[in-house]
Parts: sequence; C-alpha cells; structure tokens
Amino acid sequence: MKPAPFAYHRPSTVAEAAQLLAATQGKILAGGQSLIPIMSMRLASPAALVDLNHVPGLAAIDVTSTAVHIGALTRHAALEANDAAYLANPLLRRALRHVAHATIRNRGTTVGSIVHADPAAEMPAVLRLLGGIVEAVSSERGHRSIDSADFFVGPLESALQPDEVAVAATFPHPPGGSGSSWAEISRRHGDYGLVGVGSLVVLDEGRRITSASVCLISVGGTPVLVDVTDASSGTTYDAVDWTAALELVDAAIDPESDIHATAAYRRQLARVLTGRALAQATADAIARVAA
Amino acid sequence: MTTASDPASAEALHDVTLTVNGVFQQLRVPARRLLSDALRHDLRLTGTHVGCEHGVCGACTVLIEGRPTRSCLVFAVSADGASITTVEGCLEPDGTLGDVQQAFQDCHALQCGFCTPGFITTITAYLEDHPNPTEDEAREAIGGNLCRCTGYQNIVAAVVRAAEIRRERTAT
Repeated sequence: MKPAPFAYHRPSTVAEAAQLLAATQGKILAGGQSLIPIMSMRLASPAALVDLNHVPGLAAIDVTSTAVHIGALTRHAALEANDAAYLANPLLRRALRHVAHATIRNRGTTVGSIVHADPAAEMPAVLRLLGGIVEAVSSERGHRSIDSADFFVGPLESALQPDEVAVAATFPHPPGGSGSSWAEISRRHGDYGLVGVGSLVVLDEGRRITSASVCLISVGGTPVLVDVTDASSGTTYDAVDWTAALELVDAAIDPESDIHATAAYRRQLARVLTGRALAQATADAIARVAA
Repeated sequence: MTTASDPASAEALHDVTLTVNGVFQQLRVPARRLLSDALRHDLRLTGTHVGCEHGVCGACTVLIEGRPTRSCLVFAVSADGASITTVEGCLEPDGTLGDVQQAFQDCHALQCGFCTPGFITTITAYLEDHPNPTEDEAREAIGGNLCRCTGYQNIVAAVVRAAEIRRERTAT
C-alpha cells in the first residue's frame, strides 16, 4: 500500500509546470485524493509527478456577471463555501455536498475531479449540464479551451492530452428564470452515488417550461446529458407530466452491474431520481422567481 | 529541494519543513513518503493511526492549516511549509485532556481506540465552525470516519458533550 518511487517536481509557474509535464511524461498532482490512492494501490505508477500545490494564483474563485471561474487548486470545500458562487449558481454547492466526505473536499480540487473524469463523479456532470469549459495549457501548443461536450471521452478518460495542464474551469451561470437541483442515492452519504442526477429547468414569464435537461452519473462511461425539453415544453410548471422525460432518460443510459447495484436497479434509480430532480429544479425556479 | 539520495535505493530525498503541533520540524524523505508515514516513522508521532491507507476509514485524519485532511492522501513533500495538528496536539496547553478527548472519556466513546485519533482531530476542527451541534449534525460531522467497535452512538454523544465542555471552559 505504498506508491512506487517517482521523480518529484515542484514548479512555481504554470509555464514551468507545462514544460516539466511534457519533459517528464509524468502526471499532475493537485489535490491527489484520487491519484494518491490509485498510486498506493499500484494501479498507476507514474515516473514523475508535477506538483501544482506551490504554484501561486491557481486557487482563485472569480464570480463574474456570466460565470464562475475556478483554478486548478480551488478545493471543493472552498467552492462549496463561497457565497457569491452559491448565489450566482446554487447547483455548485448542491452537487459539491455529495462529493465524497467533507475531509476529502478539504484537499480535493474540483478541476482535478473533472480531469479525472470518473463516470461516478458529480462535478463532471455539473460542468456538462451547464455547458462549461476546461482551460488547458501545453508548453508546445499553448492555451486552448475545451468545451465540456468534447471533454469527456470515456471512463477516466478526458480529451486532455498527456502534455496538457488543466489550469481552470468555467461554469456559466444558469439562465434567468431557471432552477436547478441535484438528486443522488448512495449506500452511505459520501460514498460514490449509485446514480446521481443534476437538473436544470428554465421557465418563461408565464411559468411555462422553455427548456429542461438532466445529466446523470454512474449510468454510462461518461456523464449522460439528456435534453428533455421536447417532453415538457410549453407546459406550465404545475401541469407538467415528466413521464415522457423519464422514457428519454431510460433510452439514453447504459448502466452496468457491480457489487453495489445491478444494472436494473440503476435503471430504476435513474427514473426515480430524474423525476425528483426535475420536480425539485422546477420548484427551485418558482422559488427564485418569487424571491 | 532535492538534496540527497538514499544510498540503498538511489531514490532522491527531499528536505521538508513542517510545523507539527506548534513545533518546527525538518525531515528528509523520498517523494513517495505519505504524510501519515512521515508523522509516524520520521517524527515518531504515532498517535496518528493508519487504517485503510486509501482514504476511506478516516483514522489518519490530521489538521492541515486547521482543516481535517487524510494524511494518507497527502505526500509529505507536497505539504512542505504547512502547519499540522495531530491528535497529540489536541490537548489543553497544560497537558491535560482536550475538550474532545475529555468528552470521549465521559461518554465512553471508544473501545479499542484505533479509530479515535481521526475522530478527535475531525471533531476538534468541526466544533470551531459549529459550536453547538445537534445530534443529527454531530452524526453528519463524523460521517467520514469509520469505527468498528462502538456503533457510533457514544461518539455522537461525545460530539455534543465536547461542545458543552468547550463552552464551559471558554466561559471560565
């Protein structure tokens, strides 16, 4: 249960980190809450680690008029506690409360969780649901922005290239008149979700639904985004019937069986949690309009 | 930063400075040395216990800059310069039992004691932000720590009792 030896590098700038990553073909260490157990169990033995923890300026949380921007060292706990981010986009805090335990959130980073691309992780799904962006830097090709629609390639696999450092992520604010929610079932609170569902519902001034979408975790190799607008569009919030939306979700997911739950049980959870998440997001939209 | 190599393995060694329980410490460790092992093996602070060693059980929880963190999920070299509190630092300044330790004794909140250091550090930090927890909040606060003896009832009671003791001690 000890990691294999590796060369340790401690850059003090992003440019230096990108150079070291390319030169060593190593891995980036930020929070390490997924990487270190993987190394301890010898599931991975990178030859080198490039430690971002001593690069200044990467832990910022900037809430602008359009988005919440975070850096590669923004810890889950810091983003969860940030009131400006919560006011602009409550879904961030709602989902972060399901990310592991508080102790893990004190060290783990949100960008790191996104880059790790675990199909059971909450924040990749939140980024996908909101149409967010990952900012990456390579020493050879410079900076690029990667849309969340292109970012998640497969289980534990992102579009990030081996020589790219993910330096930031952007979560666009949900549109006006919208509400959001996160619903999840796990064996114990803080464990990986058997299924989790993030939802975003947008109402117009007549309180009719103009758009609705959900993003599910643990039911496929990547976060599964399903636009259910057609199943509900034009209906007022109190007359909506989500049955058709549940069918769309059921057709989009491909859950697997494991020690924690059968595929059939996950499929059942996906339906139930999707219904709950959409109802909660709709209620949230009404509450926010009224406030 | 790299200052030497281990003559037996040729593995590079790094100089690390930590402030542990208020005491300045210097150590020379390979990069792969977990903070939990650095505390136990290099600094001989064996109060921090190592259970699962992959972040699940919570026994190795220490405070880094006051925040509960799994010491088995941090490399010592990466914590260079940090201020760390272990269970040995959760005493009163005069060396008597700290408020959380006293509450564990009062409530019989430990049996074998293996998980206790992780609970003590976690609860010590929790009470800083939540001075008056309800029983439900206390249960939530210890959700990241496993105990195989007690069934948790007495630990939940000890969280509430520790808050009481802290208020009493602050008032006097």
